[in-house]
Amino acid sequence: MENIRLAFQGIWSHKMRSLLTMLGIIIGIASIITIVSTIKGTNEQIKENLIGSGSNVVTVQLYQDDWAYDMSYSPIPAGVRTIDEDAMKTRLENLSLVEQVSFYTSRNWSDFVTTPDSTFSGEVYGVDQDYFNVCGYVIGWGRNFSPADYENHRRVVILDTKAAGVLFGTDDPVGGIVEIKGEPFTVVGVVEQRNSFQPTIQSYQDFYLYADTSAGAVFLPSVCWPMVFRFDEPQSVAVKVEKTDDMTRAGQLVAEELCKSQIIGYSPSGTQTGFAYRSEDLLLQAQQLQELSNSTNVQLIWIASISLLVGGIGVMNIMLVSVTERTAEIGLKKALGATKRRIRRQFLTEASVLTSLGGLMGVGLGIVMAQVVCTYNSLPMAISVPAILISVAFSVVIGLVFGMLPAMKAANLNPIDALRRE
Amino acid sequence: MILTLEHVCKEYTKGREPVPVLQDICMTVNQGDYLAIMGPSGSGKTTLMNLLGCLDVPSEGTYILDGQDVGSLSDEALARVRNRLIGFVFQNFNLMPKMTALDNVMLPLLYAGVPLRTRRRQAEEALRLLGLEDRMHFYPNQLSGGQCQRVAIARAIVGKPKLILADEPTGALDTASGEQIMQTFRTLNERGITIIMITHEKHIADHADRIAHILDGRLVEPEPVQAVKGGAFAK
Ligand SMILES: Nc1ncnc2c1ncn2[C@@H]1O[C@H](COP(=O)(O)OP(=O)(O)OP(=O)(O)O)[C@@H](O)[C@H]1O
Ligand SMILES: [Mg+2]
Repeated sequence: MENIRLAFQGIWSHKMRSLLTMLGIIIGIASIITIVSTIKGTNEQIKENLIGSGSNVVTVQLYQDDWAYDMSYSPIPAGVRTIDEDAMKTRLENLSLVEQVSFYTSRNWSDFVTTPDSTFSGEVYGVDQDYFNVCGYVIGWGRNFSPADYENHRRVVILDTKAAGVLFGTDDPVGGIVEIKGEPFTVVGVVEQRNSFQPTIQSYQDFYLYADTSAGAVFLPSVCWPMVFRFDEPQSVAVKVEKTDDMTRAGQLVAEELCKSQIIGYSPSGTQTGFAYRSEDLLLQAQQLQELSNSTNVQLIWIASISLLVGGIGVMNIMLVSVTERTAEIGLKKALGATKRRIRRQFLTEASVLTSLGGLMGVGLGIVMAQVVCTYNSLPMAISVPAILISVAFSVVIGLVFGMLPAMKAANLNPIDALRRE
Repeated sequence: MILTLEHVCKEYTKGREPVPVLQDICMTVNQGDYLAIMGPSGSGKTTLMNLLGCLDVPSEGTYILDGQDVGSLSDEALARVRNRLIGFVFQNFNLMPKMTALDNVMLPLLYAGVPLRTRRRQAEEALRLLGLEDRMHFYPNQLSGGQCQRVAIARAIVGKPKLILADEPTGALDTASGEQIMQTFRTLNERGITIIMITHEKHIADHADRIAHILDGRLVEPEPVQAVKGGAFAK
């Protein structure tokens, strides 16, 4: 206790020197805190970007071998049944973890949706009545598909905001006509994604990941799909999951269920035709990306640790000078009855108080730097409390390790020499 | 009998050759003695004092202090002996410049493991005994030389030692403050504390009960000033 008070006194009476001594530690700890905080921020963002915070939707699609089966260029897959939507819906929604499912068919990169003025090249979906709800769309303008639209096979479409912009510019799209492969459809509504469902796109990589969804989408009732495309295309399934962390598992469950009932002659070890339903595992992708960014950052932490090491050597150096300077004081203390142990402890305390103070200042600086970096890169800010605790503890350890040599030197001073030197 | 030196030698090795500083010193000091040691510069007075103060150990011979053979004690034990049995007074006071008078005086008690409150009380008592009750919270650089030396004496006596070792305690003081210090020593000696004091000046040495002379590392016949209290020296 006494030692700690004296150590603070000593540090305070040499403010400038103490600050310079601590500089290495401050910089080392600050960079570690900054790196760790930005890693955490990046990870949160990767997850958010890929999954869209709170959307919890997994899509389960038909794959042949390792590739998603693309209906636009391929025949109707042999040996895969069309999903009986009503029966399958109850079956899938009864699975644990699954909240709601929706069936849809789709085409990517279409160029067959046109108005007299322009052509749309995004995605076209044939959807059931639950699709917008499951995938987090809300009607922004006009109306939703009604049961009557399905019963009467009405030729109606709903556009998302992007498709509406491409096809109608600034005009009101509701009531307008679009042609899909020459067939006229009336626009009844415009949908947009609910805010929290929208992934944030900041970088080229993000854009690349979202290129397909961000090109815009045109939706028609599933019953109208065969009018422009084909009958009996096997549907894909959008699965809404209760909890984000269960997404992987729920996707697998649904895929398994579909494989068993839809693919003729399916066995878990593979099918002759190579067909299988698989879930598009965003969570897993997110984790893989996170690991990648972690491993590069771990190297950065190593580099920062070297600066901590250099900081520790700086502390040792100054402490050695301080021991020499205070030879008389040490000699006197010995004459007054201070044991070696006490002298050693005094210098160790001083070194570790010095470094832990530097550590605390480094944490402060690191938080500020992380804030700056995160604002600059518009990353979410995520301060890691364990990282702070570990770095402060670590800086105490640095003090103890690098204070050892000076403390031994002080403790082993010969009191006579120490007193004689004036 | 508080201490005895038997055929004590001390030599320093300078390069290859050993330099003898003290040779064949034999002396006995009794409880309550007041002894002055005189000798020319370089004769080995401080070296002898360091031995007596357990800051150093003899190269040869034995030193018995308060019944213990100092040569056989560990570092730890030597520190304890210095703390409990001995009070040092130095020529240049050797106060901690960043501590108040009170904190300086409390220091030896800290090493003795005395709790804070007792420490403060005993230190205040010691300072009061030396007439410094109104200077307790002054720093050394705010005190006169004489006051500094009295703080140092307070520090030396605060742990109730049996022996006070003073190396030229008046060397840095004017005559008046020197006299005051001598009076303090006299009072302390009357309270039963053994005092060994090194000095260059005859009139300072005259305050002691006995004077020993040291010449080239050898103790020469003691010269009693007043009545000898028993056989203090043996050759
Ligand atoms: N550490 C050492 N190494 C070598 N020689 C030493 C050492 N310490 C003291 N000496 C020598 O021992 C001799 C006695 O020194 P000491 O300090 O005891 O003298 P002193 O009697 O106290 O002198 P003064 O009156 O000037 O203080 C000196 O010649 C000195 O050079
Ligand atoms: Mg001397």
